[in-house]
Amino acid sequence: MAKNNLAFVRKDIIDESPAPNLSKGIVGWSKENLFSSPSNTILTIIGMALLLYILPPLYNFVFGHAVWPGEGVTVEACRAHGTGACWAYIDDRMSFFVYGFFPKDAYWATQEGFLASIMQYWRVNSVFAVGVLLLVPLMWPDLKYKTVNAILFFVVYPVFVFYMLKGGVFGLEEVQTESWGGLTVTLIIGLVGIVVSLPMGIVLALGRQSKMPIIKTACIMFIEVWRAVPLITVLFMASVMLPLFMPVGMTVDKLLRALVGVSFFSAAYMAEVVRGGLQALPKGQSEAAASLGMNYWKSMLFIILPQALKHVIPGIVNSFIALFKDTSLVSIVGIFDLLKTVQISNLNLDWASENQAITGYLFAAAVFWVFCFGMSRYSLMMEDRLNTSHKN
Amino acid sequence: MKNKIVTLALSATMGLMATTAMAGTLEDVVAKGYVQCGVTTGVAGFALPDADNKWAGLDVDYCKALASAIFNDADAVRYTPLNSTERFAAMSSGEVDLLSRVTTWTMSRDTQLGMNFVGTMFYDGQGFMVRKDSGITSPSELSGAAVCIQTGTTTELNAADYFAANNLEFTPVVFVDRDEVVKAYEDGRCDVYTTDASGLAANRTKFAVPSDHVILSEIISKEPLAPVVRQGDDTWFNVARWTYFALLNAEELGVTSANVDEMLGSDNPSVKRLLGVEGDFGTPLGLNKDWAYQIIKNVGNYSEIYERNVGVNTPLGLERGVNALWTQGGIQYAPPIR
Repeated sequence: MAKNNLAFVRKDIIDESPAPNLSKGIVGWSKENLFSSPSNTILTIIGMALLLYILPPLYNFVFGHAVWPGEGVTVEACRAHGTGACWAYIDDRMSFFVYGFFPKDAYWATQEGFLASIMQYWRVNSVFAVGVLLLVPLMWPDLKYKTVNAILFFVVYPVFVFYMLKGGVFGLEEVQTESWGGLTVTLIIGLVGIVVSLPMGIVLALGRQSKMPIIKTACIMFIEVWRAVPLITVLFMASVMLPLFMPVGMTVDKLLRALVGVSFFSAAYMAEVVRGGLQALPKGQSEAAASLGMNYWKSMLFIILPQALKHVIPGIVNSFIALFKDTSLVSIVGIFDLLKTVQISNLNLDWASENQAITGYLFAAAVFWVFCFGMSRYSLMMEDRLNTSHKN
Repeated sequence: MKNKIVTLALSATMGLMATTAMAGTLEDVVAKGYVQCGVTTGVAGFALPDADNKWAGLDVDYCKALASAIFNDADAVRYTPLNSTERFAAMSSGEVDLLSRVTTWTMSRDTQLGMNFVGTMFYDGQGFMVRKDSGITSPSELSGAAVCIQTGTTTELNAADYFAANNLEFTPVVFVDRDEVVKAYEDGRCDVYTTDASGLAANRTKFAVPSDHVILSEIISKEPLAPVVRQGDDTWFNVARWTYFALLNAEELGVTSANVDEMLGSDNPSVKRLLGVEGDFGTPLGLNKDWAYQIIKNVGNYSEIYERNVGVNTPLGLERGVNALWTQGGIQYAPPIR
C-alpha cells in the first residue's frame, strides 16, 4: 500500500496529556493507597473510625479543654469538672522541672520581670547557653576549627560546668550536688554518659580483639560483667551498698556514683556495638594498612575505625538514645532528674487536681521525645553525609 | 517484701559494724557546720519542695529545729532525699546524721537495725473517708459498706481485722493502684475509702469538691512517725530528743515564734528554764544556753509546725486529733525541763 493512501500520518509525537483527574492529586493518592482493594477499603474505614474515636478526645484533653497559664489562672480552674491537661501547673512548677533545688541568685530573686527570671538561675542558664554555643558548631558539618571546638567542648566545658554549678570558687556560693536537679541533672547524666561511653566503648572493643591475653581477658570481663547486670541493680549497688563498703565517714558524692554507674554500663554496650563494626570490615583493610607500613594505632585511627564506626552509626545512636532515656532510672536512688521532679511535683497539693499527674507525665514524655527525636534525626543526617556508596 | 527483708538484714549487720565507730555525731556536725538530714523523696505535708523549690514540711521543720538548736540557724541543714530501701543503709554508713522521713517506729526497727527512735513527731494511723451526705460519723456505722482498699498493703489487713473484731459486715473493693482506688471511691463504686489518715487527706484534695468528703476521726491502726538516729551515740540522741521535747514544751507553755522575745521576761519559772533565762540546760546537752529559744525563734513550737504543714488551714487539713497535747485530749507529752 502506498504511503499517500493513508488518511492521516502524525508527524510528531503528541505531548503527554495530563493524568485523568481520578488518578492524580488527593483523590488519586487515596484511591491508590487507601481504597485500592476491598480489604484495603475496609481497613481504611476501620482505621479512620479509630482515629476519629481517639483523636478528638486526645486533642481536647491536650489543647481544647486544657487550662493554659495566664493571669489569675489558679488550681480551681484545673479542678473544675471536664477540663483537660493543667498546663498552668507545668508553667508554675517549670523552674523546679528545669533547675530542681538549685538556689536562686540572692540579688535577682528579689527583682521582677523577664530578665530577673533568667538571671535568678544565671549559673545554670549560662551552663546551658555555653553548652549550646559549643555543641551547635561542633555538630554543624561544614564549619572549621573542629579540633579547637572539640577540645573546648570535651575538656574545658566540663570543668566550666562543674565550677559553675558546684561553686565554692570565685566568690560563687557553694551548691551541693544534692541540690542539682531537674532537666539540668538529666542532661548532665545523659551527656557525661554519652561522652564517656563512646571512647571507653571503642577502647574496650579494641581490647577485646587484642592478641594480648591480659588486656583481652580484662576487657571481656568488664564487658560481660556490666552487660549481665541490670542498670537498676548497678544504681542500687552504687547508692546503697557502696557507702557500706567505704571507710566510716568517707562518702562519695551520690551523683558521681550514678554517673560512674551509668557511664560504665553504657560503655559495655557501646563496646559490643563497635565490635560489630570492626568485625564487618574485611581483613584486607588491616593488611593493606600494614603493608603501607602503618603501625597498629595508625592503622586503627586512619583505616579501620573510620570505616567501622561509620557502619555502626545507627547502633551507636541507638545506644545513646537508650542511655538518655535510662537516665530517668536514677530517680529510684533519690537523684532528682527530670522525671523525679515531675513525680514529686505531682504530689504538690497546691496544684492537686485529677489531671495533675497525667499532665506532669505528658510534659516529661514530651521533653524526652524532643531530645531523642533530635538525636535520631541528627544521626540520619550524618549517615547520609558519610555515605560513600558502599551501600546501594 | 522479700526486698525489704534483705535490706533489713543487710543494714542490720552493716549497721552494727558502723555504729560502734560512729560515736560523736554532734562533734562531727559542729565541725562540718551543718546537719545532714535524710528526708523522703516526697510526701505531701512532710517533705516536699515548696513554691520556691526549697524543702518544706513537718519532717523538714524538725531538721530545721535541730539545726537551730546547734547553730542558731535554721538553714544549716543539707537534705538527702532517700527512698525507703536506702534509708537505713544511709544511716549506717554515716551518709546522713539523722533520718526525718515518715518512718514508722516499730520494735524490729528499734531493736534490730542499730537505730534509735527520737520521739513521735506525728501519730498517723489508718482512717476512713466517707461522703458527707452519707451522714456517717463513726466507723461503727459502716456495717454492710463497700470499702475501697489498695490491695497487698497492711491497710487491707488492718481493715479486715477491724471489721472482724467489731462484728461488722463489709464488702472490700480492691485495686492494685492507689489512683484507681481513689477514682473508684470518687465514682461512687464504694461508700468508704480507707488508708492512712494523712494519705486520705492528701487524696481528698484531688476531688472536684473536697469539702463533700469527711475523714472520720477514729483511727484503727498505729503508725507513729518518728525521727531516727544511730544507736550508740547518746549525746546526739539526747540533742535530737530534747529538740523534739522543746517543741512540745514550748507549745504547752504558750511560747511561739511570735512572742518568744516577750516571753524572755516571763515570770513563769518553766518558761524561764525553757528559754535559758534561768539555769543552764543547754551546756549539759552540748549546746548553748539559749538552744530552745533559738528553736522557737527560728522554727516555732510544735503547734506552729503542725498547723503550717498539715493543719486545718493547709490543703491536707488534718485536725490535731491524737497529735494534740496531753492537756488538750491528745497524747503528745514531753517531760519537763528542770
